[in-house]
Amino acid sequence: MADVKDRQNLAEGKAAAFVEADKTEISNTSRQVKIEQDVSDQLGEEDTWRDQLMTLVRQNKLAAFSAVVIGLIILAAIFAPVVAPYDYLAQSLTDRLKDPGAAHWLGTDELGRDVLSRIIYGARISLTIGLVPTLISMAIGTILGLCAGFYGGKTDFIIMRLADVMLAFPSLLLAMVVMYTMGGGLINIFIALSLVNWAGTARIVRSQTLSLKEKEFVEAARSIGVKKWTIMFRHILPNCIPSLIVLFTLNIPSAILSEASLSFLGIGAQPPSASWGLMVVRGKKYLFSEPWLSIAPSVAIMIVVLAFNFLGDGLRDVLDPYLKEQ
Amino acid sequence: MLNRVAKRIIISIPVLFGVMLAIFIMLRLVPGDPVTTMLGEHVNPAVIEKISREMGLDQPLYIQFFKYVANALRGDFGTSYRLNRNVTGIILEAFPNTVKLSLLAAAVAWLIGIVSGIVAAIRQNKILDRLFMGGALIGVSMPVFMTALVLQYGFAFKLKWFPVSGFDSVQAMVLPAIVLGWNSAGSIARMTRSNLVEVMQNDFIRTARAKGLREHGVIIGHALKNAMLPVITMMALQLSSMLSGAVLTESVFGVPGIGRLAVNAIENRDMPLLQGTVIFTTILVILGNLIADLLYNVLDPRIREGA
Amino acid sequence: MNESIVLDIRNLQSYFFTAKGEVPAVDGVSIQVPAGKIIGVVGESGCGKSMTAMSVMGLLRYPGRVVGGTITLDGRDITHLSPRELSKVRGNEISMIFQEPMTSLNPVYPVGKQVQEAILLHQKVSKAEARKRVVDIFQAVGIPEPEKRYYSYPHQLSGGLRQRVMIGMAMVCRPKVMIADEPTTALDVTIEAQILRLMKQLCSEQGTSIILITHNMGVVAEVCDYVYVMYAGKVMEQAETFELFERTGHPYTQGLLRSIPKLDEKADRLYTINGVVPNLLHLPEGCSFCTRCSQAQKRCFKERPDLYKAGEAHGVRCFQYEGGGQLDE
Repeated sequence: MADVKDRQNLAEGKAAAFVEADKTEISNTSRQVKIEQDVSDQLGEEDTWRDQLMTLVRQNKLAAFSAVVIGLIILAAIFAPVVAPYDYLAQSLTDRLKDPGAAHWLGTDELGRDVLSRIIYGARISLTIGLVPTLISMAIGTILGLCAGFYGGKTDFIIMRLADVMLAFPSLLLAMVVMYTMGGGLINIFIALSLVNWAGTARIVRSQTLSLKEKEFVEAARSIGVKKWTIMFRHILPNCIPSLIVLFTLNIPSAILSEASLSFLGIGAQPPSASWGLMVVRGKKYLFSEPWLSIAPSVAIMIVVLAFNFLGDGLRDVLDPYLKEQ
Repeated sequence: MLNRVAKRIIISIPVLFGVMLAIFIMLRLVPGDPVTTMLGEHVNPAVIEKISREMGLDQPLYIQFFKYVANALRGDFGTSYRLNRNVTGIILEAFPNTVKLSLLAAAVAWLIGIVSGIVAAIRQNKILDRLFMGGALIGVSMPVFMTALVLQYGFAFKLKWFPVSGFDSVQAMVLPAIVLGWNSAGSIARMTRSNLVEVMQNDFIRTARAKGLREHGVIIGHALKNAMLPVITMMALQLSSMLSGAVLTESVFGVPGIGRLAVNAIENRDMPLLQGTVIFTTILVILGNLIADLLYNVLDPRIREGA
Repeated sequence: MNESIVLDIRNLQSYFFTAKGEVPAVDGVSIQVPAGKIIGVVGESGCGKSMTAMSVMGLLRYPGRVVGGTITLDGRDITHLSPRELSKVRGNEISMIFQEPMTSLNPVYPVGKQVQEAILLHQKVSKAEARKRVVDIFQAVGIPEPEKRYYSYPHQLSGGLRQRVMIGMAMVCRPKVMIADEPTTALDVTIEAQILRLMKQLCSEQGTSIILITHNMGVVAEVCDYVYVMYAGKVMEQAETFELFERTGHPYTQGLLRSIPKLDEKADRLYTINGVVPNLLHLPEGCSFCTRCSQAQKRCFKERPDLYKAGEAHGVRCFQYEGGGQLDE
């Protein structure tokens, strides 16, 4: 029954829910790995981690391909001024609402700005939103989860009830409330997303800490009088890193989607920003005459999110036996 | 088992209280005086003070909070600044639309999700599996508003099968329901498949085969029930993300539901209305979690019958 | 071995197709099961004995596959049956029980229903009749309060009771052959004896033949009529139980027997066979046991021995018995 409860706990975390829901992709590859392991166990032969990695790279070409796509998008975002054919803010009243063509591959918007250039610049926003608030919220979640799991008792109770409260909100609504309080704008999205998404990480780190706490090497460290903080950060945390990397990869797309949604609702990025969500909502007015205005940035969002999801799935296969077991 | 139920309900109460407290504090952190925001800068300060007193805004925060909770427990979420009406009344008006939308979307999600999940698990690692699971991941990765716009363009504008917006006829409900259901269908399909594949590795599956059951009998008769138990927990999670998605769907299709209310409340800086909608939806999520948990307890004999 | 043979396995070959190459998990195994007898298949884990059983049942899953040989059940070749035909044979004419009684029953259905399902699959009887038969078989396999236990879930039963349920499920259609894969390994020693006695009794009452797969020589001595000793996917020695224990032929079998601790002998340490089961991907060129064999000659490393006749119905795969000529089965 303990495992049922664990599963529920895990399943309740939003980030965790995603992980849980996505065991799917593992099974293609890890099942194969497992069978091969079973057989080679019988053969008395051990798989080295390199063999495992090779099996997975061989079998999960999609994850490798996604990594390449993400790399290219990052490069495009960094070198946006070089890559983009036009200035993303340059308006041209004579070139308003041009169809996609040789001069403007994805056409122009209602102010005559080049859509492709705006999408390339928009990648900067989406990637930063994906990386920075996710990193901050996961850092918060990791520290709280470590403390909850390690200290137990009241600390654990308070932190986890707090996490319960955070997880009870539909995430978009919570972010909306934070945006209401602080006002629109990208910086505030940063803060909102950093504050909102820590609870899922906290739950997972806590449950890992709980099991690691009982392991011999932690007992040993404790018995020779190593300080608590040292045990937490030197002995327990490193063992959570693989899970955290996977979780990080899978949290990035949800942060990107949150920003796009908030901007779409008009309470995120403000004009003339090239945020993809904002581009979609502004293009929506012209959906029936110039559909590319809203569809093109939507597709951009989808590609980035999809690539991170595929990569996250693949990474989990390699890095995270813990999440696999759940 | 009764213990578990009671425990579960008792745990939900402080969470509910915490949710109200969190929202209350966050909305009170807004810079500027709410009455000034509501009435505008040029209004006589004496008038503002009078109204503040009438609304109890001059009292200490903790008293305001307890009054708010006490009123909320009686079903009173205050008065909307902008519409000058009881927030509960406004919410209850919008609520049936959101419920209809969510239920239809859930039906879509479960139908597509479970069926494709089962098919994928049966055809594991075959083309159909790859196709369905690729589709599911694309479904999960598509922003809700993108699905909405694509369907709106294709089926409402080009093919003219459905109205572009509104929610007053059965036809008008089709597109919003598909849009909202699509997203969850992806996660349900992935989870159904992964659970089934995992359950299929169990020893009792081998027993079922050895007994002479054919493969589809093994899956439908023996693996499915085991695999669906965790998916029920997932149902509650879907409710939460579905309500998030409802905000976007309602916004695109102009559905007069709770999500639209929340967006309007933010646009109009209508604090009591925003507070009411957020707390109301969150209560729904908590209730959903509770029901899913109880359902799980009833359906799993290992918990129901005790060990 | 002139009795009527119910199950005749000839030169069975089952391979695993892995990324690293083909693994010959079962490599030319022939086993004959006479009606109403208990046949033992013995060997260390990984020797291919479970794989043989799974092959016979048609339960081998990807990446494993039967690549050669024939399996004849009661005069009918069942090696290449379609899934539909095979499902009519499984659980009906030939059934199987597994090592893990704790996990071999579906946790979300009452055990009675799970046994009833086996009856309804293979016999045209009403549900009520099927239910009655379940209660009867529960009685027969020694489950107390069978009426009540019908509605129990697996987690409410002990390991011994669950294994009795499994045996009941396997016996309820009165199969010709029952394969028992380490049926008592997960159980207490006292329960083990009860279960073995039960199987022996059912075997003689219903005329069902049993293939008992085990690594425990003591179990073999207790219940088996005839024994096959397997090693690295091959039968190394086969003989009637008494003959095997009295005139042990193969050095491997000798090793197995010597590693049983004896009460009446003082020994400082338990005997073990040196080395480990060889990697099936890289088997020695000659006899697969040569690397661990204390009596190995130069020749053993170069040539593969056949199964030679060492006595009445006694075959040994070792050059020491080459003089007896090949064992004709």
